[in-house]
Amino acid sequence: MTVDTTAASWVDVAYLITAICFIFGLRFLSSPKTARLGNRISAVGMLIAVVATLSQGIVNWWVLGSALIVGAAIGIVSAQRVKMTAMPQMVAIFNGAGGGAAALVAAGELLKVFNAGGTPTQDVSFTSVLSAVIGSISFAGSIIAFLKLQEVMTGRPITYPGQQIVNALIALVIVVGWGLVVANVPNSLEYFWIVLAASFVLGILFVLPIGGADMPVVISLLNSFTGLAAASTGFVLGNNVLIIAGALVGASGTLLTVLMGKAMNRSVTNVLFGAFGAVKTTTAGGAAKEHNVRSVTAGDVAAMLAYANQVIIVPGYGMAVAQAQHSIRELEDVLEKRGVEVKYAIHPVAGRMPGHMNVLLAEANVPYTSLYDMDDINPEFERTDVALVVGANDVTNPAARTDKNSPIYGMPILDVDKAANVVVLKRSMASGFAGIDNPLFDDPKTVMLFGDAKKSIDGVVAGVKAL
Amino acid sequence: MTVHLLTELTVFILALFVGLEVISRVPTMLHTPLMSATNAIHGIVLVGAILVAGTADAPFNAIVSFILVLLASLNVFGGYTVTERMLEMFRPKVQASKAPTDGTP
Repeated sequence: MTVDTTAASWVDVAYLITAICFIFGLRFLSSPKTARLGNRISAVGMLIAVVATLSQGIVNWWVLGSALIVGAAIGIVSAQRVKMTAMPQMVAIFNGAGGGAAALVAAGELLKVFNAGGTPTQDVSFTSVLSAVIGSISFAGSIIAFLKLQEVMTGRPITYPGQQIVNALIALVIVVGWGLVVANVPNSLEYFWIVLAASFVLGILFVLPIGGADMPVVISLLNSFTGLAAASTGFVLGNNVLIIAGALVGASGTLLTVLMGKAMNRSVTNVLFGAFGAVKTTTAGGAAKEHNVRSVTAGDVAAMLAYANQVIIVPGYGMAVAQAQHSIRELEDVLEKRGVEVKYAIHPVAGRMPGHMNVLLAEANVPYTSLYDMDDINPEFERTDVALVVGANDVTNPAARTDKNSPIYGMPILDVDKAANVVVLKRSMASGFAGIDNPLFDDPKTVMLFGDAKKSIDGVVAGVKAL
Repeated sequence: MTVHLLTELTVFILALFVGLEVISRVPTMLHTPLMSATNAIHGIVLVGAILVAGTADAPFNAIVSFILVLLASLNVFGGYTVTERMLEMFRPKVQASKAPTDGTP
């Protein structure tokens, strides 16, 4: 090995600064006070990298400039207009765009070598295929996740017989094709395209059987994939800033994926390959259990809440669907005016992406200091007069603690059943998304307020004001 | 495996550890902004997109180049904008219109 003594270009120095900006940007995300600064530092880093790259003998200014501007315009406008409740979809789209770009960059670099009449080194061909595979799985998977979250297609798991076998066969095609490209057989470029297409199909098939309730895991995983695809593109181009940035994102996505899995007490493999929802609906749907619930009016709930000392609000995906976060904030205000202590209990997998509820409540101006994580709030339920469950179901299901036959047995839950009274806001008694029976509803201290969550809360607010 | 690739792998693995270290300190309440911030960061693939689509020996025709850069640009600008929008909503309990005596049970 010889020591490389060529002088580093200023572009490489710029990339180093970018990498440092990204690390500090993420570091500042450790507190909501510094998080915005962090995001801006990271954006400055990005700007430095892009400017440095643009100084590298660009010729296609027209194509490049117009694509940059159009992409920026679409990105900024849609990011500003998107509703906070639609955030998981938005993140999925941006994630898919990154994955697709990474796959194309790898393809482009490989093509460049072939077009120049050369043969790529094994390092380059191996890592190009790697980027192409992960990038297009992430691209296709993100599109399906988007369609599910946007409810263009059903959020329920889509399963068919022989699913695992089909996936395994496609994976085999990818591995064999990969080997052929690296071995640089004649026509290896054609095998590359086959691998790219197979990965795209695998991405689709891999997200199809995953139900909406498992989306926090999938979104995190796809985020990690795009990061790794970007890092692998860095290997192809020999570019450290891509490697570092991709590794940071890959680490983040992986960590979140594992955390989400833990919060559901399921291994990530089980979420991805278990077709969890399908099994549950068949078992729960077979013998729809008779429920003996007490239904009350908004006025009754208003009286319960108004004369309580402490109320804990437990938001779930139903709050997001009904856009009820602003009404909830109003309820908090009228209750606190009467001296009622109001806290929020946030389950790690409530909603469709990690931290989903926090963002929605922040949008409604609920201070983040009122939001409590599961471990902090669980001991509080015993001292709480009313637990108000807004569109959450599985994360409050006591069967997770007691019923060994329940599909969610062992999942850490919010102990709402320990509160003196429980009010559950629910659209109807139809079984929840996952179709799991929830004995909380039969608990004698539980009352149900049926209807759209936003309208119900508005009714409760009016009721409290009238008291 | 070349020495060059090994050096890059070293960088990659060290960056992974830095990432795990830094990100494990992010509180759960900021997990959505974290996802969208890291989402924006993987937009760094725009650098690769510019190199592959914009240089003299660019292998793609104009249309593919355009799509490639557009995807990456969408990722970068959308990602940062949406993260900024989310983070500006996170406020502590200050200007809230309620009694200052909270937090004590």
